Amino acid sequence: MKDIDYAAPKTIAEACAILQEKGDKARCLAGGTDIIVQVREHRRDIDVLVDIKHIPQVNALNYDPGKGLTIGAAVPCYRIYEHKEIAKAYPGLIDAAALIGGIQIQSRASLGGNLCNASPAGDTIPPLIALEAICVIVGAGGMREVPVEKFCTAPGKTVLGRGEMLVQLKLPPPKPRSGAAYLRFIPRNEMDIAVAGAGVSVVLDEKKEKCIAARVALAAVAPTPLLVQEAGAALVDGALGDALIDKAASLAQAAAKPISDMRGTAEYRKHLVGILVKRALTIAIQRARAG
Amino acid sequence: MSKKIHVTTSINGKETEFLCEPRQSLLEVLRDVLMLTGAKEGCNNGNCGACNVLLDGRLVNSCLVMGAEAQGCKVQTIEGIATPQGLHPLQQTFLEGAALQCGICTPGFIVAAKAMLDQNPKPTEHQVRHFLAGNLCRCTGYDKIVRAVLEAAALTNK
Ligand SMILES: Cc1cc2nc3c(=O)[nH]c(=O)nc-3n(C[C@H](O)[C@H](O)[C@H](O)COP(=O)(O)OP(=O)(O)OC[C@H]3O[C@@H](n4cnc5c(N)ncnc54)[C@H](O)[C@@H]3O)c2cc1C
Ligand code: FES
Ligand code: FES
Repeated sequence: MKDIDYAAPKTIAEACAILQEKGDKARCLAGGTDIIVQVREHRRDIDVLVDIKHIPQVNALNYDPGKGLTIGAAVPCYRIYEHKEIAKAYPGLIDAAALIGGIQIQSRASLGGNLCNASPAGDTIPPLIALEAICVIVGAGGMREVPVEKFCTAPGKTVLGRGEMLVQLKLPPPKPRSGAAYLRFIPRNEMDIAVAGAGVSVVLDEKKEKCIAARVALAAVAPTPLLVQEAGAALVDGALGDALIDKAASLAQAAAKPISDMRGTAEYRKHLVGILVKRALTIAIQRARAG
Repeated sequence: MSKKIHVTTSINGKETEFLCEPRQSLLEVLRDVLMLTGAKEGCNNGNCGACNVLLDGRLVNSCLVMGAEAQGCKVQTIEGIATPQGLHPLQQTFLEGAALQCGICTPGFIVAAKAMLDQNPKPTEHQVRHFLAGNLCRCTGYDKIVRAVLEAAALTNK
């Protein structure tokens, strides 16, 4: 790796000061599973890695059934899925946290890093969108909140400005009779990048026969992870069954704007979106009915 | 060149201090500074597991940890697995079952398998394969490796 500096600030203010001063030449280091490889392979030219794991807010994980979930931006995946209450309350998020890389990657990789890396195929982003996560961002100008579906702006690009960092992700408490799920397709069983992914959430009525709210989000089929509002809206109020699920799936397919690359053709990806949305909705509805 | 960083850590239970360049990974520090060459560099990008060590008890790829990050942490490497009394059961069953050919992947597999057995002493074959998905072997094939791990588990549970 080229010669760089390493800083380990203990406060958000210290970290933001370095990010402000160095601009593009400084990058946060959370789990390092993207950034270390990118710097080593000359895909990012930086002068300093800012290790944010010593900042208490960025490393904290808190769940309160009344208030919801706060995930520090650098909390590694394993802490989320090994937390029994969180795993029970947010199975749709766990679907993604437990499939990033292998065990070694999950020891380090964070949701904040997955999001800030802004890959169209980032696996935790669709479930975060489905679960209405909010990004808490801090910079010299103070604090601001951005819904997660607005965070990524292009491959590798986010709304973060000079001197800003992601501090936390906030998720509302799970609503009664709600369920979520994330599914992706990869050619192997483990350790690969999604050819397509679908994260969905549903909230059912008291009889558990209709949806009163639903969200559908996709990975790897557009320049950024995608919230498909019309697919969610189509599920609301109709009788829950195959016809309704098919309709939501075809709206998601219509919204997908995939490219062809070595992982799959655009046509193949569109086909996968239909299947993944249907299967993910079936699981989310089952979870909502069981919960 | 950037100023070297002084790091205090514990390696295989022994207090250890080292000086590293900020750009060095933990793997480079282990191999090039501390001369602990058990952990191997396979891919240097997180895919092969040859560089596996435990960092504060968690299995990590040391090629994806900066040396400076080890400050205040406990590091366990393949060198700490055998005891003066003898080989670890995993080392024994890998040898007996010929679960290695060139051996480059072996330290990583053994460190990973030990991490698994420490938390799940009676894994199923499926669990072993799932846990070891982040470790690659280019010559032996996985059957002998998986069998060696299951046999080590059986030995330990006897
Ligand atoms: C072998 C392997 C397998 C993988 N498998 C998958 C997979 O299955 N699915 C998947 O989606 N990804 C996968 N990845 C990619 C990677 O592991 C994930 O994207 C991971 O979530 C990144 O998190 P991190 O904490 O390691 O991020 P880092 O590498 O630390 O950071 C990622 C980027 O975000 C920036 N950043 C991090 N935190 C902040 C912050 N708080 N504020 C501002 N910027 C920040 C960094 O500067 C960097 O640019 C894999 C990687 C490897 C090496
Ligand atoms: S050398 Fe670290 S994972 Fe391959
Ligand atoms: S024995 Fe050669 S790579 Fe596994």
